[in-house]
Amino acid sequence: MNDENELAAPPGECHMCLAIPGRIIEISTDNPDSALVDVVSVRRRVDLGLLQDDRPQPGDWVLIHVGFAMSKISEEDANDQMQTLRMLGESEAALQEVKGYGLGDEDNGTSTSSQGEKTT
Amino acid sequence: MKFVDEFRERELVTRTAEEIRRLADPARHYRFMEVCGGHTHAIYRFGLKDLLPENIELIHGPGCPVCVLPMGRIDDGLAIAQQDGVIFAAFGDMMRVPGTTGSPLEHKARGMDVRIVYSPSDALKLARGNPDKHVMFFAIGFETTAPSTALTLMRARAQDVRNFSVFCNHVTIIPAIRAILDSPDMRLDAFIGPGHVSTVIGCRPYEWIVKEERKPIVISGFEPLDMLQSIVMLLRQLQSGEAKVENQYRRVVPWEGNRAALKAMAEVFQLRPYFEWRGLGFISQSALRMRDAFAKWDAEQRFEVPGVRVTDPKAAQCGEVLKGVLKPHQCKLFGHECTPEHPIGALMVSSEGSCAAYYNYEHRKTATATMLSQAV
Repeated sequence: MNDENELAAPPGECHMCLAIPGRIIEISTDNPDSALVDVVSVRRRVDLGLLQDDRPQPGDWVLIHVGFAMSKISEEDANDQMQTLRMLGESEAALQEVKGYGLGDEDNGTSTSSQGEKTT
Repeated sequence: MKFVDEFRERELVTRTAEEIRRLADPARHYRFMEVCGGHTHAIYRFGLKDLLPENIELIHGPGCPVCVLPMGRIDDGLAIAQQDGVIFAAFGDMMRVPGTTGSPLEHKARGMDVRIVYSPSDALKLARGNPDKHVMFFAIGFETTAPSTALTLMRARAQDVRNFSVFCNHVTIIPAIRAILDSPDMRLDAFIGPGHVSTVIGCRPYEWIVKEERKPIVISGFEPLDMLQSIVMLLRQLQSGEAKVENQYRRVVPWEGNRAALKAMAEVFQLRPYFEWRGLGFISQSALRMRDAFAKWDAEQRFEVPGVRVTDPKAAQCGEVLKGVLKPHQCKLFGHECTPEHPIGALMVSSEGSCAAYYNYEHRKTATATMLSQAV
Protein backbone atom coordinates (compact mmCIF):
# COMPACT_ATOMS: atom_id res chain seq x y z
CA MET A 1 0.00 0.00 0.00
CA ASN A 2 1.40 3.36 -0.88
CA ASP A 3 -0.46 5.15 1.85
CA GLU A 4 2.38 7.28 3.15
CA ASN A 5 1.40 10.19 0.96
CA GLU A 6 -2.25 9.82 1.78
CA LEU A 7 -1.48 9.96 5.45
CA ALA A 8 0.49 13.10 4.90
CA ALA A 9 -2.57 14.76 3.38
CA PRO A 10 -3.27 18.18 4.85
CA PRO A 11 -5.71 18.39 7.71
CA GLY A 12 -9.24 19.45 7.21
CA GLU A 13 -10.33 17.22 4.40
CA CYS A 14 -13.64 15.58 4.88
CA HIS A 15 -14.16 12.65 2.58
CA MET A 16 -17.06 11.45 4.55
CA CYS A 17 -19.45 14.16 3.58
CA LEU A 18 -18.79 14.53 -0.11
CA ALA A 19 -21.48 13.67 -2.62
CA ILE A 20 -19.69 13.28 -5.92
CA PRO A 21 -21.49 13.32 -9.27
CA GLY A 22 -20.47 10.69 -11.81
CA ARG A 23 -21.81 9.18 -15.02
CA ILE A 24 -22.33 5.45 -15.39
CA ILE A 25 -20.15 4.17 -18.22
CA GLU A 26 -20.96 0.52 -18.01
CA ILE A 27 -22.42 -2.03 -15.68
CA SER A 28 -20.53 -5.22 -15.05
CA THR A 29 -22.09 -8.17 -16.85
CA ASP A 30 -21.33 -10.62 -14.08
CA ASN A 31 -22.24 -8.27 -11.22
CA PRO A 32 -25.16 -5.89 -11.73
CA ASP A 33 -24.17 -4.01 -8.55
CA SER A 34 -20.79 -3.01 -9.94
CA ALA A 35 -20.58 -0.11 -12.35
CA LEU A 36 -17.77 1.77 -13.97
CA VAL A 37 -18.34 5.50 -13.48
CA ASP A 38 -16.64 8.55 -14.87
CA VAL A 39 -15.95 11.50 -12.58
CA VAL A 40 -14.22 14.28 -14.52
CA SER A 41 -12.40 11.65 -16.63
CA VAL A 42 -11.38 9.56 -13.63
CA ARG A 43 -12.94 6.14 -13.97
CA ARG A 44 -13.49 3.81 -11.08
CA ARG A 45 -15.89 1.11 -9.99
CA VAL A 46 -18.71 2.06 -7.66
CA ASP A 47 -21.35 -0.05 -5.98
CA LEU A 48 -24.96 0.29 -7.17
CA GLY A 49 -26.41 -1.86 -4.40
CA LEU A 50 -28.18 1.06 -2.71
CA LEU A 51 -30.14 1.90 -5.86
CA GLN A 52 -31.91 -1.43 -6.20
CA ASP A 53 -35.31 0.23 -6.38
CA ASP A 54 -34.36 2.47 -9.25
CA ARG A 55 -31.46 0.96 -11.11
CA PRO A 56 -29.39 3.37 -13.16
CA GLN A 57 -28.37 2.53 -16.71
CA PRO A 58 -25.21 3.44 -18.63
CA GLY A 59 -25.36 7.15 -19.40
CA ASP A 60 -27.26 7.98 -16.20
CA TRP A 61 -25.80 10.32 -13.61
CA VAL A 62 -25.51 9.37 -9.95
CA LEU A 63 -24.31 10.95 -6.73
CA ILE A 64 -21.54 8.88 -5.19
CA HIS A 65 -20.68 8.71 -1.52
CA VAL A 66 -17.85 6.56 -0.11
CA GLY A 67 -17.86 4.32 -3.17
CA PHE A 68 -21.62 3.79 -3.34
CA ALA A 69 -24.11 5.43 -5.69
CA MET A 70 -26.69 7.09 -3.40
CA SER A 71 -29.14 8.64 -5.84
CA LYS A 72 -29.86 9.15 -9.50
CA ILE A 73 -29.74 12.76 -10.62
CA SER A 74 -30.13 14.69 -13.84
CA GLU A 75 -27.15 15.78 -15.90
CA GLU A 76 -27.93 19.40 -15.05
CA ASP A 77 -27.96 18.64 -11.34
CA ALA A 78 -24.73 16.68 -11.73
CA ASN A 79 -23.08 19.73 -13.28
CA ASP A 80 -24.48 21.89 -10.50
CA GLN A 81 -23.16 19.51 -7.88
CA MET A 82 -19.67 19.53 -9.39
CA GLN A 83 -19.81 23.31 -9.38
CA THR A 84 -20.84 23.22 -5.73
CA LEU A 85 -17.82 21.06 -4.91
CA ARG A 86 -15.59 23.53 -6.74
CA MET A 87 -17.09 26.44 -4.82
CA LEU A 88 -16.61 24.64 -1.55
CA GLY A 89 -12.99 23.98 -2.51
CA GLU A 90 -13.65 20.27 -2.36
CA SER A 91 -13.37 19.18 -5.98
CA GLU A 92 -9.77 18.09 -5.43
CA ALA A 93 -10.74 16.09 -2.36
CA ALA A 94 -13.58 14.55 -4.37
CA LEU A 95 -11.23 13.45 -7.13
CA GLN A 96 -8.76 12.17 -4.57
CA GLU A 97 -11.55 10.11 -3.05
CA VAL A 98 -12.64 8.69 -6.40
CA LYS A 99 -9.05 7.87 -7.33
CA GLY A 100 -8.73 6.07 -4.01
CA TYR A 101 -11.66 3.72 -4.69
CA GLY A 102 -10.55 0.14 -5.16
CA LEU A 103 -7.60 0.89 -2.85
CA GLY A 104 -6.21 3.29 -5.40
CA ASP A 105 -5.76 0.48 -7.86
CA GLU A 106 -6.11 1.96 -11.34
CA ASP A 107 -6.68 -1.47 -12.71
CA ASN A 108 -9.48 -2.25 -10.39
CA GLY A 109 -11.69 -3.91 -12.95
CA THR A 110 -10.66 -1.45 -15.59
CA SER A 111 -8.38 1.47 -16.12
CA THR A 112 -8.68 4.94 -17.55
CA SER A 113 -6.54 4.01 -20.51
CA SER A 114 -7.69 0.53 -21.42
CA GLN A 115 -10.26 0.17 -24.16
CA GLY A 116 -12.10 -2.89 -23.04
CA GLU A 117 -13.12 -3.78 -19.55
CA LYS A 118 -11.35 -6.58 -17.83
CA THR A 119 -13.41 -9.03 -15.95
CA THR A 120 -12.78 -9.10 -12.25
CA MET B 1 -11.53 39.29 -5.30
CA LYS B 2 -11.23 35.59 -6.00
CA PHE B 3 -13.37 34.78 -3.04
CA VAL B 4 -16.38 36.76 -4.11
CA ASP B 5 -16.07 35.49 -7.66
CA GLU B 6 -16.70 32.04 -6.29
CA PHE B 7 -20.30 33.02 -5.74
CA ARG B 8 -22.03 31.62 -8.75
CA GLU B 9 -24.84 34.08 -8.91
CA ARG B 10 -23.60 37.11 -7.12
CA GLU B 11 -26.52 39.30 -7.96
CA LEU B 12 -28.99 36.71 -6.75
CA VAL B 13 -26.96 36.28 -3.55
CA THR B 14 -27.10 39.99 -2.91
CA ARG B 15 -30.82 40.18 -3.62
CA THR B 16 -31.55 37.21 -1.35
CA ALA B 17 -29.48 38.79 1.41
CA GLU B 18 -31.54 41.95 1.00
CA GLU B 19 -34.72 39.94 1.26
CA ILE B 20 -33.47 38.42 4.51
CA ARG B 21 -32.96 41.93 5.89
CA ARG B 22 -36.49 42.86 4.86
CA LEU B 23 -38.05 39.77 6.41
CA ALA B 24 -36.12 39.79 9.68
CA ASP B 25 -38.02 41.56 12.43
CA PRO B 26 -35.56 44.04 14.01
CA ALA B 27 -37.30 43.56 17.35
CA ARG B 28 -36.42 39.85 17.38
CA HIS B 29 -33.23 37.89 17.82
CA TYR B 30 -33.23 34.75 15.67
CA ARG B 31 -31.22 31.65 16.51
CA PHE B 32 -31.01 29.16 13.63
CA MET B 33 -29.07 25.94 13.97
CA GLU B 34 -27.37 24.46 10.95
CA VAL B 35 -27.32 20.80 11.88
CA CYS B 36 -24.80 19.63 9.30
CA GLY B 37 -21.04 20.15 9.56
CA GLY B 38 -20.92 20.68 5.80
CA HIS B 39 -23.09 23.75 6.26
CA THR B 40 -20.86 25.00 9.08
CA HIS B 41 -17.88 24.72 6.76
CA ALA B 42 -19.68 26.54 3.96
CA ILE B 43 -20.91 29.32 6.29
CA TYR B 44 -17.35 30.14 7.31
CA ARG B 45 -15.84 29.55 3.90
CA PHE B 46 -18.22 32.02 2.27
CA GLY B 47 -18.39 34.41 5.19
CA LEU B 48 -22.17 34.12 5.15
CA LYS B 49 -22.59 35.68 8.55
CA ASP B 50 -21.54 38.98 7.05
CA LEU B 51 -24.47 38.86 4.69
CA LEU B 52 -26.93 38.41 7.53
CA PRO B 53 -28.32 41.08 9.83
CA GLU B 54 -26.91 41.01 13.33
CA ASN B 55 -30.07 39.67 14.85
CA ILE B 56 -29.77 36.39 12.92
CA GLU B 57 -27.40 34.13 14.77
CA LEU B 58 -26.27 30.83 13.28
CA ILE B 59 -25.62 28.10 15.84
CA HIS B 60 -23.42 25.24 14.73
CA GLY B 61 -24.98 21.86 15.25
CA PRO B 62 -23.75 18.35 16.01
CA GLY B 63 -23.55 17.13 12.41
CA CYS B 64 -19.84 16.44 12.20
CA PRO B 65 -19.40 12.71 12.85
CA VAL B 66 -15.73 12.97 13.81
CA CYS B 67 -16.43 15.80 16.24
CA VAL B 68 -19.19 14.12 18.23
CA LEU B 69 -17.30 10.88 18.73
CA PRO B 70 -16.10 10.63 22.34
CA MET B 71 -12.41 9.97 22.81
CA GLY B 72 -13.11 6.64 24.53
CA ARG B 73 -14.41 5.19 21.27
CA ILE B 74 -11.21 6.13 19.45
CA ASP B 75 -9.22 4.53 22.26
CA ASP B 76 -11.36 1.38 21.99
CA GLY B 77 -10.79 1.13 18.24
CA LEU B 78 -7.05 1.62 18.67
CA ALA B 79 -6.98 -0.97 21.48
CA ILE B 80 -8.39 -3.55 19.08
CA ALA B 81 -5.87 -2.60 16.43
CA GLN B 82 -3.03 -3.04 18.91
CA GLN B 83 -3.62 -6.77 18.88
CA ASP B 84 -1.39 -8.93 16.71
CA GLY B 85 -2.31 -9.22 13.06
CA VAL B 86 -4.99 -6.52 13.06
CA ILE B 87 -5.15 -3.83 10.38
CA PHE B 88 -6.93 -0.61 11.38
CA ALA B 89 -8.82 0.73 8.35
CA ALA B 90 -10.69 4.04 8.38
CA PHE B 91 -11.57 7.08 6.30
CA GLY B 92 -8.91 9.77 6.11
CA ASP B 93 -11.02 11.98 8.39
CA MET B 94 -10.25 9.73 11.33
CA MET B 95 -6.49 9.71 10.97
CA ARG B 96 -5.67 12.85 12.94
CA VAL B 97 -8.38 12.55 15.56
CA PRO B 98 -6.67 12.41 18.95
CA GLY B 99 -7.16 9.48 21.28
CA THR B 100 -5.73 9.38 24.80
CA THR B 101 -2.48 7.88 23.51
CA GLY B 102 -2.42 9.70 20.21
CA SER B 103 -4.22 9.68 16.87
CA PRO B 104 -4.35 6.71 14.49
CA LEU B 105 -1.67 8.51 12.47
CA GLU B 106 0.60 8.71 15.51
CA HIS B 107 -0.06 5.06 16.27
CA LYS B 108 0.95 4.25 12.71
CA ALA B 109 4.24 6.02 13.28
CA ARG B 110 4.73 3.74 16.30
CA GLY B 111 4.18 0.64 14.18
CA MET B 112 0.44 0.04 14.06
CA ASP B 113 -0.86 -1.15 10.69
CA VAL B 114 -3.17 1.75 9.83
CA ARG B 115 -4.70 2.16 6.37
CA ILE B 116 -6.82 4.85 4.80
CA VAL B 117 -9.75 3.62 2.77
CA TYR B 118 -12.17 5.74 0.79
CA SER B 119 -14.98 3.22 0.91
CA PRO B 120 -16.05 0.56 3.41
CA SER B 121 -16.06 -1.90 0.51
CA ASP B 122 -12.34 -1.26 0.12
CA ALA B 123 -11.80 -2.30 3.73
CA LEU B 124 -13.48 -5.58 2.79
CA LYS B 125 -11.27 -5.81 -0.28
CA LEU B 126 -8.26 -5.25 1.97
CA ALA B 127 -9.38 -8.20 4.10
CA ARG B 128 -9.72 -10.44 1.07
CA GLY B 129 -6.23 -9.46 -0.05
CA ASN B 130 -4.72 -10.09 3.39
CA PRO B 131 -6.13 -13.45 4.45
CA ASP B 132 -3.51 -13.87 7.19
CA LYS B 133 -4.52 -10.57 8.82
CA HIS B 134 -7.71 -9.25 10.34
CA VAL B 135 -9.07 -5.99 8.96
CA MET B 136 -11.11 -3.88 11.36
CA PHE B 137 -13.01 -1.04 9.70
CA PHE B 138 -13.60 1.88 12.05
CA ALA B 139 -17.06 2.88 10.84
CA ILE B 140 -18.21 6.41 11.46
CA GLY B 141 -20.86 8.70 10.08
CA PHE B 142 -24.54 9.56 10.06
CA GLU B 143 -27.23 8.00 7.89
CA THR B 144 -25.36 9.20 4.80
CA THR B 145 -22.61 6.66 5.39
CA ALA B 146 -24.30 3.93 7.43
CA PRO B 147 -26.05 2.27 4.43
CA SER B 148 -22.69 1.75 2.70
CA THR B 149 -21.31 0.05 5.81
CA ALA B 150 -24.50 -2.03 5.99
CA LEU B 151 -24.21 -3.21 2.41
CA THR B 152 -20.51 -3.97 2.90
CA LEU B 153 -21.39 -6.16 5.88
CA MET B 154 -24.05 -7.94 3.82
CA ARG B 155 -21.40 -8.60 1.17
CA ALA B 156 -18.93 -9.84 3.82
CA ARG B 157 -21.55 -12.30 5.00
CA ALA B 158 -22.47 -13.41 1.48
CA GLN B 159 -18.81 -13.94 0.60
CA ASP B 160 -18.07 -15.46 4.02
CA VAL B 161 -15.08 -13.18 4.61
CA ARG B 162 -14.05 -14.09 8.14
CA ASN B 163 -11.05 -11.86 8.68
CA PHE B 164 -13.11 -8.67 8.53
CA SER B 165 -15.00 -6.76 11.19
CA VAL B 166 -16.61 -3.39 11.73
CA PHE B 167 -16.20 -1.24 14.82
CA CYS B 168 -19.51 0.52 14.52
CA ASN B 169 -19.82 4.19 15.51
CA HIS B 170 -22.67 5.15 13.24
CA VAL B 171 -25.00 7.71 14.76
CA THR B 172 -28.43 9.01 13.83
CA ILE B 173 -29.27 12.67 13.48
CA ILE B 174 -32.86 12.95 14.70
CA PRO B 175 -32.20 11.93 18.36
CA ALA B 176 -29.35 14.45 18.48
CA ILE B 177 -31.68 17.23 17.34
CA ARG B 178 -34.18 16.11 19.95
CA ALA B 179 -31.49 16.18 22.67
CA ILE B 180 -30.50 19.69 21.67
CA LEU B 181 -34.09 20.85 21.85
CA ASP B 182 -34.43 19.25 25.29
CA SER B 183 -31.31 21.00 26.54
CA PRO B 184 -32.31 23.80 28.92
CA ASP B 185 -29.51 26.16 27.86
CA MET B 186 -30.57 26.05 24.20
CA ARG B 187 -33.13 28.34 22.70
CA LEU B 188 -33.52 27.81 18.98
CA ASP B 189 -36.03 29.24 16.55
CA ALA B 190 -35.54 26.99 13.55
CA PHE B 191 -33.25 24.53 11.80
CA ILE B 192 -31.32 24.49 8.56
CA GLY B 193 -31.64 20.76 7.88
CA PRO B 194 -28.82 18.53 6.69
CA GLY B 195 -28.55 17.91 2.96
CA HIS B 196 -26.89 14.58 2.36
CA VAL B 197 -28.28 12.75 5.38
CA SER B 198 -31.67 13.60 3.96
CA THR B 199 -30.92 11.88 0.63
CA VAL B 200 -31.14 8.70 2.71
CA ILE B 201 -33.76 9.44 5.39
CA GLY B 202 -35.86 11.83 3.28
CA CYS B 203 -37.85 14.66 4.80
CA ARG B 204 -40.49 12.81 6.81
CA PRO B 205 -38.40 12.07 9.93
CA TYR B 206 -38.19 15.81 10.59
CA GLU B 207 -41.93 16.18 10.78
CA TRP B 208 -41.99 15.59 14.55
CA ILE B 209 -39.85 18.70 15.09
CA VAL B 210 -42.55 20.65 13.41
CA LYS B 211 -45.43 18.90 15.14
CA GLU B 212 -44.06 18.60 18.65
CA GLU B 213 -41.72 21.55 18.88
CA ARG B 214 -43.26 24.01 16.43
CA LYS B 215 -39.83 24.70 14.92
CA PRO B 216 -39.54 25.26 11.15
CA ILE B 217 -36.94 23.22 9.31
CA VAL B 218 -35.64 23.69 5.79
CA ILE B 219 -33.44 20.99 4.21
CA SER B 220 -30.75 23.01 2.50
CA GLY B 221 -28.08 22.75 -0.18
CA PHE B 222 -24.52 23.88 0.47
CA GLU B 223 -23.96 26.88 -1.77
CA PRO B 224 -24.29 30.40 -0.38
CA LEU B 225 -27.45 30.94 -2.38
CA ASP B 226 -28.93 27.66 -1.11
CA MET B 227 -28.36 28.60 2.50
CA LEU B 228 -29.59 32.16 2.08
CA GLN B 229 -32.73 30.89 0.35
CA SER B 230 -33.24 28.45 3.21
CA ILE B 231 -32.99 31.32 5.68
CA VAL B 232 -35.59 33.24 3.66
CA MET B 233 -37.87 30.19 3.82
CA LEU B 234 -37.38 29.93 7.59
CA LEU B 235 -38.09 33.63 8.11
CA ARG B 236 -41.25 33.42 6.02
CA GLN B 237 -42.49 30.50 8.10
CA LEU B 238 -41.72 32.34 11.33
CA GLN B 239 -43.37 35.49 10.04
CA SER B 240 -46.58 33.68 9.19
CA GLY B 241 -46.50 31.67 12.41
CA GLU B 242 -46.11 28.43 10.49
CA ALA B 243 -43.86 25.48 11.24
CA LYS B 244 -43.33 22.93 8.50
CA VAL B 245 -40.64 20.86 6.81
CA GLU B 246 -39.55 22.37 3.54
CA ASN B 247 -37.03 21.04 1.05
CA GLN B 248 -34.82 23.68 -0.53
CA TYR B 249 -32.38 20.99 -1.80
CA ARG B 250 -34.86 19.24 -4.09
CA ARG B 251 -32.31 18.74 -6.82
CA VAL B 252 -30.62 16.17 -4.60
CA VAL B 253 -32.99 15.24 -1.76
CA PRO B 254 -36.11 13.20 -2.57
CA TRP B 255 -38.95 13.64 -0.06
CA GLU B 256 -39.11 9.90 0.59
CA GLY B 257 -35.34 9.36 0.88
CA ASN B 258 -33.64 6.20 -0.37
CA ARG B 259 -35.71 3.16 0.59
CA ALA B 260 -33.14 0.58 -0.50
CA ALA B 261 -30.56 2.30 1.72
CA LEU B 262 -32.96 2.37 4.68
CA LYS B 263 -33.74 -1.29 4.11
CA ALA B 264 -30.05 -2.25 4.13
CA MET B 265 -29.56 -0.31 7.38
CA ALA B 266 -32.57 -2.00 8.96
CA GLU B 267 -31.32 -5.44 8.01
CA VAL B 268 -27.85 -4.99 9.46
CA PHE B 269 -28.23 -2.49 12.31
CA GLN B 270 -30.38 -1.96 15.35
CA LEU B 271 -30.52 1.04 17.66
CA ARG B 272 -28.26 1.04 20.69
CA PRO B 273 -30.16 1.76 23.90
CA TYR B 274 -27.92 4.77 24.36
CA PHE B 275 -24.64 6.20 23.07
CA GLU B 276 -22.34 8.92 24.29
CA TRP B 277 -21.92 12.04 22.15
CA ARG B 278 -19.13 14.45 22.86
CA GLY B 279 -20.63 17.60 24.31
CA LEU B 280 -24.17 16.25 24.39
CA GLY B 281 -23.64 13.33 26.76
CA PHE B 282 -25.60 10.10 26.57
CA ILE B 283 -28.49 10.17 24.13
CA SER B 284 -30.94 7.30 24.05
CA GLN B 285 -31.43 5.42 20.78
CA SER B 286 -29.05 7.69 18.96
CA ALA B 287 -26.57 5.23 17.48
CA LEU B 288 -26.43 1.95 15.61
CA ARG B 289 -25.00 -1.42 16.55
CA MET B 290 -24.91 -4.57 14.48
CA ARG B 291 -27.67 -7.13 14.78
CA ASP B 292 -26.87 -10.58 16.18
CA ALA B 293 -26.98 -12.05 12.68
CA PHE B 294 -23.83 -10.02 12.00
CA ALA B 295 -22.08 -10.77 15.32
CA LYS B 296 -19.22 -12.53 13.50
CA TRP B 297 -18.33 -9.24 11.85
CA ASP B 298 -18.89 -7.07 14.91
CA ALA B 299 -15.52 -5.95 16.28
CA GLU B 300 -17.11 -5.21 19.66
CA GLN B 301 -18.20 -8.82 19.95
CA ARG B 302 -15.08 -10.40 18.48
CA PHE B 303 -12.52 -8.49 20.50
CA GLU B 304 -11.97 -7.35 24.05
CA VAL B 305 -12.90 -3.69 24.11
CA PRO B 306 -11.80 -1.64 27.14
CA GLY B 307 -14.92 0.53 26.94
CA VAL B 308 -13.42 3.15 29.23
CA ARG B 309 -15.11 6.51 29.30
CA VAL B 310 -12.56 9.24 28.72
CA THR B 311 -13.21 12.85 29.51
CA ASP B 312 -11.87 15.52 27.19
CA PRO B 313 -8.73 17.43 28.14
CA LYS B 314 -9.83 19.75 30.93
CA ALA B 315 -8.94 23.03 29.32
CA ALA B 316 -10.63 22.16 26.03
CA GLN B 317 -14.23 23.32 25.82
CA CYS B 318 -15.30 21.17 22.88
CA GLY B 319 -18.57 20.29 24.56
CA GLU B 320 -19.68 23.87 25.02
CA VAL B 321 -18.69 24.72 21.45
CA LEU B 322 -20.52 21.66 20.12
CA LYS B 323 -23.69 22.69 21.88
CA GLY B 324 -23.36 26.21 20.56
CA VAL B 325 -23.03 27.66 24.07
CA LEU B 326 -19.56 28.98 23.24
CA LYS B 327 -18.25 30.25 19.92
CA PRO B 328 -15.05 28.53 18.80
CA HIS B 329 -12.79 31.49 19.55
CA GLN B 330 -14.18 31.73 23.09
CA CYS B 331 -12.52 28.41 24.01
CA LYS B 332 -9.39 29.02 26.08
CA LEU B 333 -7.24 26.84 23.81
CA PHE B 334 -8.48 28.14 20.46
CA GLY B 335 -5.72 29.27 18.14
CA HIS B 336 -2.98 28.86 20.74
CA GLU B 337 -2.63 25.31 22.02
CA CYS B 338 -5.31 23.99 19.65
CA THR B 339 -4.86 24.61 15.92
CA PRO B 340 -5.59 22.55 12.78
CA GLU B 341 -1.91 21.60 12.70
CA HIS B 342 -1.92 20.51 16.35
CA PRO B 343 -5.51 19.71 17.24
CA ILE B 344 -6.39 18.98 20.84
CA GLY B 345 -10.11 18.52 20.25
CA ALA B 346 -11.84 16.86 17.32
CA LEU B 347 -13.60 20.06 16.29
CA MET B 348 -10.24 21.35 15.16
CA VAL B 349 -9.50 18.23 13.09
CA SER B 350 -12.32 17.92 10.62
CA SER B 351 -12.94 20.72 8.13
CA GLU B 352 -16.57 20.34 9.17
CA GLY B 353 -15.71 20.97 12.79
CA SER B 354 -16.71 24.47 13.74
CA CYS B 355 -13.28 25.26 15.28
CA ALA B 356 -11.33 24.32 12.14
CA ALA B 357 -13.85 26.13 9.94
CA TYR B 358 -13.67 29.22 12.13
CA TYR B 359 -9.89 29.07 12.23
CA ASN B 360 -9.50 28.59 8.46
CA TYR B 361 -12.02 31.08 7.20
CA GLU B 362 -12.90 33.67 9.78
CA HIS B 363 -10.23 36.05 8.56
CA ARG B 364 -11.96 36.23 5.19
CA LYS B 365 -15.14 37.61 6.63
CA THR B 366 -14.27 41.25 6.51
CA ALA B 367 -12.93 40.99 2.99
CA THR B 368 -16.15 39.41 1.75
CA ALA B 369 -18.40 41.98 3.29
CA THR B 370 -16.33 44.76 1.82
CA MET B 371 -16.34 43.18 -1.62
CA LEU B 372 -20.05 42.58 -1.65
CA SER B 373 -20.81 46.11 -0.61
CA GLN B 374 -18.82 47.24 -3.63
CA ALA B 375 -20.09 44.55 -6.00
CA VAL B 376 -23.05 44.45 -8.39
